[in-house]
Amino acid sequence: MATKTIDGHQVEVNDEGYMLNPEQWNKNIAVEIAKEEGIDLSDKHFTIIDYIREKILSGEALSLRRIGKSGVVDIKEFYQLFPGAPLKKATKIAGVPKPESCV
Amino acid sequence: MKKLIIIGSGTGGTIMANKMRKSLDIDKWEITVIDKEKEHYYQPGFLFIPFGFYKKEDVIKPKYDFMPAGVNIIFSDVDRINGEKNEVILKDGVVLKYDYLIIATGARIVPEDTPGLKDGLWQKNIFDFYTIEGAVALSNFFKTWDGGDLVLNVAEMPIKCPVAPLEFVMFADAFFTERGMRNKVNIKYITPLSGAFTRPRASEILGHLLEKKNIEIVPDFNIAEVDNDKKIIKDYADNKVSFDCLITVPVHMGDEMIERSGLGDDLNFIPTDKHTLQSRAFDNIFVLGDASDIPTSKAGSVVHFSSEVLHENLMCAIENRPFTAKYDGHSNCYIETGHCKGALIDFNYDTEPLPGYFPFPGIGPFGLLKETRINHYGKLLFRWIYWHILLKGKELPISTEMTMAGKYL
Ligand SMILES: Cc1cc2nc3c(=O)[nH]c(=O)nc-3n(C[C@H](O)[C@H](O)[C@H](O)COP(=O)(O)OP(=O)(O)OC[C@H]3O[C@@H](n4cnc5c(N)ncnc54)[C@H](O)[C@@H]3O)c2cc1C
Repeated sequence: MATKTIDGHQVEVNDEGYMLNPEQWNKNIAVEIAKEEGIDLSDKHFTIIDYIREKILSGEALSLRRIGKSGVVDIKEFYQLFPGAPLKKATKIAGVPKPESCV
Repeated sequence: MKKLIIIGSGTGGTIMANKMRKSLDIDKWEITVIDKEKEHYYQPGFLFIPFGFYKKEDVIKPKYDFMPAGVNIIFSDVDRINGEKNEVILKDGVVLKYDYLIIATGARIVPEDTPGLKDGLWQKNIFDFYTIEGAVALSNFFKTWDGGDLVLNVAEMPIKCPVAPLEFVMFADAFFTERGMRNKVNIKYITPLSGAFTRPRASEILGHLLEKKNIEIVPDFNIAEVDNDKKIIKDYADNKVSFDCLITVPVHMGDEMIERSGLGDDLNFIPTDKHTLQSRAFDNIFVLGDASDIPTSKAGSVVHFSSEVLHENLMCAIENRPFTAKYDGHSNCYIETGHCKGALIDFNYDTEPLPGYFPFPGIGPFGLLKETRINHYGKLLFRWIYWHILLKGKELPISTEMTMAGKYL
């Protein structure tokens, strides 16, 4: 565990840079983490981030399939918005733990 | 008479029928097992068929042979479960009442879920080895294949036995080497995971093993479609991999009956308490094995370890006592690595697979996360154990809960 200063705030992160404490998150922090990932956040990004936070914080597990079926975004667009590994990037920016769907 | 119904008599349903018939008074409890198939398949054996080690006959036996006396067996497709009314409705309309229900309907592959996977090249250049039909078709294909790009793709997690696809490519390496044509076969392992396996330490060690065997890993690949004309698989990020022979481990789902019963998640797996194995929807429904959504491997070893927990907890429920058994997610897998060698992994919900020895600390005989000859024989021996001890619900000399003894942190 480590702490990191993002947008002037001290936040706790794991060694991959995922925030450990979802309450420490705010939109400015999201913008900063997104920059590190090379992403400029738009309103559409935030709609998805809000959806992810809502689901994860209420204890649901998220997968690519579930996001594709959510009605918020389809998988293709999700990839365009968060290129490469969208679920990993989007959860990191949303300040929630990395999804552990796979066993 | 009280009634216990078990749907599915694969690995889990068969074990439970044997255990429960011993524990429940035959004058007070009627036990009924329902399955749509008369044959029992030893699924771990499917892996060996494409390479000619096993034939179809080696992995099939009649389900009747494993059922204890005093159990009703119905061979029929279950249409749906009505949990509110405690009823199981068969395809032909027959309605059966239960006091307790065990669902052990397993997981099946759904190649139709991936666009193009089941088009023109299906069973010509595209094969699965998760069904008997696929494994046999592939063994015929390999007999005359003259080489090219051999691509294994895992479509989506979870899948049954997450090490089986790794074993497949390592077997393929050994098989084509022994045939003197390894230089003509280019083996690639394409996975949605970030590495070879689902847990970090094992992933690293297994990743090195693949590298040593000249098998290329393409990680983070979520397949979007198969182009049959160009013989290409594409992912959502538009990465492309071309193949001459595609081995697919398709999307897995629970049975459609689960969906019709309104009991499943978006892959038709049943939300289940991971410690007690009770369904989240109904107190008198329990779920065993691949049909559940518990976060551990979909594997025979998990079915075996968790069957002991289910047995104890179901007896608690029946006798009106609080649950006393708790499943820790213990899973244990032999991994075939080719050339008569094998590795072994052992893990649970909280602890990842670690190097060491199993089951006796410092002695083994099986080495954890290491390629040894004895591990390979362990796996072959397992087929005998499966038919003769495991399905009959007898005790194996391995503890249900995972132990840290003998492991290196
Ligand atoms: C290629 C391969 C390799 C594997 N290797 C290993 C290994 O090395 N080690 C390991 O531990 N595990 C391995 N496994 C996994 C293991 O075989 C399964 O996890 C295990 O068999 C699951 O048992 P189960 O009782 O949950 O389901 P199953 O044994 O699949 O049984 C489900 C039963 O339910 C019946 N059924 C389903 N729906 C209905 C319905 N609507 N009505 C009536 N009946 C129904 C089916 O006919 C079937 O008989 C492997 C699997 C595969 C495919």
